[in-house]
Amino acid sequence: MGHDTHKLAIFRGYLKFKSNQQKIWGVLVFLSIVTTIEVFLGIVKPQILMTLFLKVKLINWIFIILTLVKAYYIAWDFMHIRDELSGLKNAIVLPLIILIPYLIFVILLEGDYIFNIMQDGFVSWNF
Amino acid sequence: MEVTATEHSENKSLWGGAKKPFEATYGKMMMWFFIVSDALTFSGFLVSYAFSRFKNIDSWPIADEVFNHFPFLHGVEAPMYYVALMTFILIFSSVTMVLAVDAGHHMKQSKVAFYMFLTIIGGAIFVGSQAWEWKNFIKGEYGALETRGGQILQFQNVETGKRVSLEEFAFELPTDRSTHEKSKGLWFSNESTISEITVSEVKAGFKNNEDLVIRTEKLNSFGRKTVLSRENSLAKIESASQVVQGANLVHNEYGNRLFADFFFFITGFHGFHVFSGVVINIIIFFNVLIGTYERRGHYEMVEKVGLYWHFVDLVWVFVFTFFYLV
Repeated sequence: MGHDTHKLAIFRGYLKFKSNQQKIWGVLVFLSIVTTIEVFLGIVKPQILMTLFLKVKLINWIFIILTLVKAYYIAWDFMHIRDELSGLKNAIVLPLIILIPYLIFVILLEGDYIFNIMQDGFVSWNF
Repeated sequence: MEVTATEHSENKSLWGGAKKPFEATYGKMMMWFFIVSDALTFSGFLVSYAFSRFKNIDSWPIADEVFNHFPFLHGVEAPMYYVALMTFILIFSSVTMVLAVDAGHHMKQSKVAFYMFLTIIGGAIFVGSQAWEWKNFIKGEYGALETRGGQILQFQNVETGKRVSLEEFAFELPTDRSTHEKSKGLWFSNESTISEITVSEVKAGFKNNEDLVIRTEKLNSFGRKTVLSRENSLAKIESASQVVQGANLVHNEYGNRLFADFFFFITGFHGFHVFSGVVINIIIFFNVLIGTYERRGHYEMVEKVGLYWHFVDLVWVFVFTFFYLV
């Protein structure tokens, strides 16, 4: 079945687990820590992180990056992508990481453009 | 057609199940392809949410002010805590699901059943929590006025800076206006329930109470809602056209109308995924109990529903970020 061949190392081999069950708990601890950091930042909202970078606040960049980190570990360890052949891995991941950023880029650019139109246009939206 | 049929039978060694593409079974691969397409669907929703938000970047509601309820803590501002709890519950139910899959690989029937049971409980708690979130969102807390242009005007105390609900200051004025029902007039027309508080009552109460000022939708440079001075508030309230309490798909007291639409649509679609996940988990759970997979010789079905369940968790991670954090 090939199921006993779990890859038991995460963080690029920095952290190795003895069994698959241990790895699951390890990943849970990691995901919980990341979520706790997110919630902590969401409640405290440090003023330093409120500066804009590429039109988005630094704190929001941190949230997005942490979300992607969480998504990676859920997909790689809970959904066992780590144990799949590279062909299947690519068939799943490549369409998503090509199409979604493209969609985000196009739509956000358009949203920003419409914001400017409504802001600078001669029509009042607040009557 | 016959040609294809012959070809099919000739390639039996390749397509008859003898060789597995990617060393994954048919069912597992189809589950993955479904997940990829579903992930793109959710991306479409979240990106359209982002579009509307960028379009209204200077007036979008602040999530912390909208989702600040916690069970048994009435009137306490507790932003984030409840959704954080929901996130932990969902991640934990994801973990019990992986443990069930792992136990399935070792053919331990009772352990699979136990972990599946925990997963179902976690999922049910999550769906219940989401329903509670919806209830609070629909009911609303303070109420607001909506202007002719569709902007929301909220009220706060000028000294304490705390929000004030309409019920606290609106006068009760005598009125002849009542809900129009089919039985009272034209049989083919009726209207939805009208608000118990009228615009003129709110206006009268507002003019009488010197401490009140209006908060507009507009965000200032600190990312907070702009609060008008008393004089400007008195001028602004004249543009109000209706009272809004709570939220539905057309009006909501939190701000931009699209905000509630996307909230209902995206969390609703996700909640429906969780609900169907729980139902599928229950079916598999009973199959485990009656020993279907023990007879089949493998627990791959558990693995497949596991993939779906983790996907639901994965989507929640993004919904959590973009609705509650960002």
